Amino acid sequence: MKILIVEDDVSASAYLDKAFREQGHVVDIASDGLDGYALASDGQYDAIIVDRMIPRMDGLSLIHGLREQKIDTPILILSALGQVDDRVKGLRAGADDYLAKPYSFSELLARVEILSRRGRSIPTENTLYRVSDLELNRLTRRVARSETEIDLQPREFRLLEYLMRHAGQVVTRTMLLENVWDYHFDPQTNVIDVHVSRLRAKIDKGFDNPLIHTVRGAGYTLRDSAR
Amino acid sequence: MTALGRLFRTTAFKLALIFLIIFTIFAGSILGYVAFSARRLLEEQVNLTVNEEIKGLLSQFNTGGVLRLVRQIERRSHQPGSSLYLVTTAAGETLAGNISSVDSEGLLEAGSYQLYYRVVEEGEPRPHRAIVETVILPGGFRLLVGRDLDETDRFHTIILRAAGWSILLILALALMGGVFVARRVLSRVDHMTETTRTIMAGDLSGRLVVTGTNDELDRLAQSLNAMLDRIGELMAGLREVSDNIAHDLKTPLTRLRNSAEEALRVGGSSASYRDALEHTIEEADDLIKIFNALLMIARAEAGNVLEGMTTEDASEIARDVVELYEPFAEEAGIHLEIDAAETVPIHASRELIGQALANLIDNAIKYSSQNTMTDMDRSVVVSVRKEEKRVLLTVADRGPGIPDADMERVLERFVRLETSRTRAGSGLGLSLVAAVARLHGGTLKLEDHSPGLKAIISVPSIL
Repeated sequence: MKILIVEDDVSASAYLDKAFREQGHVVDIASDGLDGYALASDGQYDAIIVDRMIPRMDGLSLIHGLREQKIDTPILILSALGQVDDRVKGLRAGADDYLAKPYSFSELLARVEILSRRGRSIPTENTLYRVSDLELNRLTRRVARSETEIDLQPREFRLLEYLMRHAGQVVTRTMLLENVWDYHFDPQTNVIDVHVSRLRAKIDKGFDNPLIHTVRGAGYTLRDSAR
Repeated sequence: MTALGRLFRTTAFKLALIFLIIFTIFAGSILGYVAFSARRLLEEQVNLTVNEEIKGLLSQFNTGGVLRLVRQIERRSHQPGSSLYLVTTAAGETLAGNISSVDSEGLLEAGSYQLYYRVVEEGEPRPHRAIVETVILPGGFRLLVGRDLDETDRFHTIILRAAGWSILLILALALMGGVFVARRVLSRVDHMTETTRTIMAGDLSGRLVVTGTNDELDRLAQSLNAMLDRIGELMAGLREVSDNIAHDLKTPLTRLRNSAEEALRVGGSSASYRDALEHTIEEADDLIKIFNALLMIARAEAGNVLEGMTTEDASEIARDVVELYEPFAEEAGIHLEIDAAETVPIHASRELIGQALANLIDNAIKYSSQNTMTDMDRSVVVSVRKEEKRVLLTVADRGPGIPDADMERVLERFVRLETSRTRAGSGLGLSLVAAVARLHGGTLKLEDHSPGLKAIISVPSIL
């Protein structure tokens, strides 16, 4: 995956550079908005990470400019401004995701990986998701494993739908809260964990091959571990 | 700037000056008109008198000839304050009259005109003005009757002088009034400036003097004082907040630092380093949470109106949050109920109201599950109700509740009751909820639910 990082803080960009390279990604760094704009203009990246407050063209203008040019590379904003309306402004400018500083790298990595794959391999209009012997039909809202129908609550269905759409990728608890419940705050307790374990009980119980896995220090992933 | 210069620069003085000029022009024109009219009236009167006299004398001449005329004139001209008379022959020889020397050329043309002449008074010749009329009688005799204008002129002079004096008096009075008002205003404004200077220098306790006359300066002083009160409150609040922030960020920071230091000092396996580092990250995450909550509270207290509020259904928000917490509550052995059927529209941020409710529910579950008595009611009820113009979002539990004495205090930042000191949490939860309520133009109220606690977020309803 080829990532462009637009960030003026040298130590922060060096840290990200190293961390993404360790994960096997290719990273370019731009230290101001104009450089970032120039590099991103040919659409060669899989994802762009933009700090909101950078010299020579701020993050929002940069994103706005790229979108005007029909460059639809997925963009994630990193910002010290993390209030609700800051996020809304960022997304309105054309960003795809918004992460407030300080963040954990695992959170950023999970989000960037999901962003970069979006639009390439997972057609969101697919009506049938299938992982191993687990099937989810988005039209009939039917879920079955090994031909046995599983009865899910509406929210559980959405949770599973999200996990299956990003099968094989790590999704964090905040991503689940954002995408399944549409909340961006940080619940003080492990409410998401309880939801996932309930879902897990319905999906994996009685099967030798568990599909929902906990990724330590990051979140969850749904994948076929037998393969 | 000199004191006088400052005086002239005041608005009060400028206004006084403008009024003064307008008033003077006005008064001047009225007085001038009066003087002019009076003079004209008097002169007309004189003309009329002269005319009448000529008519009378003419009838004397017609009945008694020139001799009778001469006699008549000799008699009249010796009366005091009399008119001017002169009768001459066609050749210009004086027959009778009280005019001694006459420039015969000009005087004895027929018609009415003004005559300038000199009268010897107290040995000095003084210029006089008169209106005279000359008629030519049959036989070439000339009769001149005139009336001295000295009195009229003197009257006119008196009027003019009176006008002049009164204008001068008006000028002086207005000037004095202007200076007086300006100085009064100036001294009060100076006083205000002085007070604000000392306040700016750092003495926030200073207040402007309110004289009690309730004039505009008083009202200004009152507004400024109210503003100073508000600033004082904000400053005090700010100081308190920064003290609290210092305290409550330093505590976890110290813990963080200590554990890092300890790991370094004790050394050991890479596994123990790993544990220490993980612990460090956890502590750092806690710090971030505290920091975020503080930012939100600060924002609410700054009175910033939140952008992006929309019409939301309070019941739906409550149902969503209850749904989010329901499995967690069940695991803790708590029955989480929702009592919100109808649609209750409010102007709100779903995110923030959701977060506030989540905080309250989280608290309720934690404190209820703390209660170990088995026969206790272990339910938490979330309800949404419309009450007149307010919407009440209530979270009620049957936990240990809060002692009456502490009800107010728990809403303050970082306050955690001694009984809960040992449990996790920043102590910011309730103040965050209160901040959210304030951002929505509402309040957070805590009530005794005997037993238990009832937290009520009250926000304005729409419609």
